[in-house]
Amino acid sequence: MTTLLEMSGISKNFDGFQAITNLSLQIGEPELRAVIGPNGAGKTTFMDIITGKTKPDEGRILFGDDSRSLIGMSESEIASLGIGRKFQKPTVFEAQTVRENLAMALKNPRAVFSVLLYRKTSKGAERIEEIADEINLTDQLTRPAGELSHGQKQWLEIGMLLAQSPRLLLVDEPAAGMTAHEREHTTDILKKAAKTRAVIVVEHDMEFVRRLNCKVTVLHEGSVLAEGSLDHVTKNKTVVDVYLGRTDAGD
Amino acid sequence: MSQTPPPRKSFIVRNPSVLYFLAALALFTVFVAVMSEATGTGLISTSFVKTLGKTLCFCLIAIAMDVVWGYCGILSLGHFAFFGIGGYAIGMWLMYARTELIVAQSLAGQVIPPTQQEVTDAIGKQIFGVVGSSDFPAIWMFADSLFMQLAIVVLVPGLLALVFGWLAFRSRVTGVYLSILTQAMTLALALYLFQNDSGLRGNNGLSGLQNIPGFADSGQDVISLVFFLASAAALALGYVVFAWITDSKLGNIIQAIRDDESRVRFLGYHVESYKLFVFTITAIVAGIAGALYYPQAGIINPAEVAPIASIYLAVWVAIGGRGRLYGAVIGAALVSLLSSWFTGGGAPDIDLGFYKIQWVDWWLVLLGVTFALVTLFAPKGIGGLFDKLVRKS
Repeated sequence: MTTLLEMSGISKNFDGFQAITNLSLQIGEPELRAVIGPNGAGKTTFMDIITGKTKPDEGRILFGDDSRSLIGMSESEIASLGIGRKFQKPTVFEAQTVRENLAMALKNPRAVFSVLLYRKTSKGAERIEEIADEINLTDQLTRPAGELSHGQKQWLEIGMLLAQSPRLLLVDEPAAGMTAHEREHTTDILKKAAKTRAVIVVEHDMEFVRRLNCKVTVLHEGSVLAEGSLDHVTKNKTVVDVYLGRTDAGD
Repeated sequence: MSQTPPPRKSFIVRNPSVLYFLAALALFTVFVAVMSEATGTGLISTSFVKTLGKTLCFCLIAIAMDVVWGYCGILSLGHFAFFGIGGYAIGMWLMYARTELIVAQSLAGQVIPPTQQEVTDAIGKQIFGVVGSSDFPAIWMFADSLFMQLAIVVLVPGLLALVFGWLAFRSRVTGVYLSILTQAMTLALALYLFQNDSGLRGNNGLSGLQNIPGFADSGQDVISLVFFLASAAALALGYVVFAWITDSKLGNIIQAIRDDESRVRFLGYHVESYKLFVFTITAIVAGIAGALYYPQAGIINPAEVAPIASIYLAVWVAIGGRGRLYGAVIGAALVSLLSSWFTGGGAPDIDLGFYKIQWVDWWLVLLGVTFALVTLFAPKGIGGLFDKLVRKS
């Protein structure tokens, strides 16, 4: 397992609110990692910083074999380097079909004129079928994404991430609003994806994290509080105090 | 995988509406041509042929507006500025070339042949006399060349849209703020044109554009039919090009930008480039539509460029139905024809006894109410109702 993403000394202050303080974190490839923490721990800002939506005040983020710095890159540049992101609220393009949604995400040239002149290939169609099969949406390909159930939309979004063939996948609360059965399938998709790439899952649901059975990073007030197996971190006194003790710490 | 994918269908098979549209347009064009005064039947008057030709130009700018707004989600209130620029560009050549012919004729009788300078001065005096000047401003540099002015029809709207769009999209100005910005651009252009020293004859505008230099012997009946046919051809071509663009993968991307711009960014697409492409290409088409419109209208003045025109354009597209090209055509044709019927004294006034509804004044109220009703009860416009009917049958 080699290091894919290395964040060190990241800080971010929003008009006086210290969202991230001296955060350091490393993710290998392949690796499955769960990031947990109470509300306001900086989980979303953490993802925003990696994906280029928010610029950190200080610190560095290095990505890939040649350790390229992500700071100062635009969202689309970072995405085309191989970092995909799934939002908490499922955001799929509702007016378009499942197939079109996946086709847009497929790893293909992104420049205006190559997209304008792009012709569908059988290889691309096969890849779409493959992903659709993985996310249980094979028989929904021609439906507008807006007609899917909440859980199916979550899967479609994960499928769109897989279609991008990213090296690092950031997934924000993938199991939110899912039935127990759907959660199980989601766990399988994520575990499978993490066999060949790095996957970071931000999650509140402890049961879900337990099922992922991976290394856990606990964030608190914008920095790493503890890291290790779920059993290890849940034994940590401070973790219990700030997070697990507060059973009411909600979504 | 053997059961998939389905065989790739041709563009026409995937978009039967393109074929229907082209067939309907062709039928309409042939009908008008046969009925026009130029072919002798004369059931459709020359002035109505002009009205129909102008309507086709409106349909062309409406499909451009539909692509930029209905498909890409950019509510531009500046596309009539591009339309006006196209009109001014062609108008400069029309006015210059025609005045040149007139001047040449009137000077021909002189014993001493006039120098080139005298000819130029005489043309300048003719054109700029109304604003108390006789010098040619720098922007008339190429007015003697039809080719250059035609290039300007395409280049100036294109470049203006490119620069304006680049600045606006790069700063991530979106939604209503972008609309306001485009409206400010339009207003600035109109105010500039209103000035006498703008070099474009201030609020007099350019006139006599219906007289095509070199075709003084052809009657307006023939000229109007030629421009009508040219407008129909331009609309057909524009329709096919835009249908092809919106059907391509780029069409998927711009609709995705309309629905969730930041999500598209995280898919790795450079959203600004896409918006810039759409904004610029539609501005160019608007310019071309304007260049075809004003020779049929005969006159262009700064009021045509005022922001209200671009707002009307948005109303046409909204009533016709956003996100479907035929919707924009229906909206533009219906509303602009009704507008000239109501405001041109075609519609009979309604006498309520205590009050007389005069449509010249009340048309705007009717249009506003229709717009509100469509927005509330048929957000997909007439095109959306049309879709429902087709699906039911």
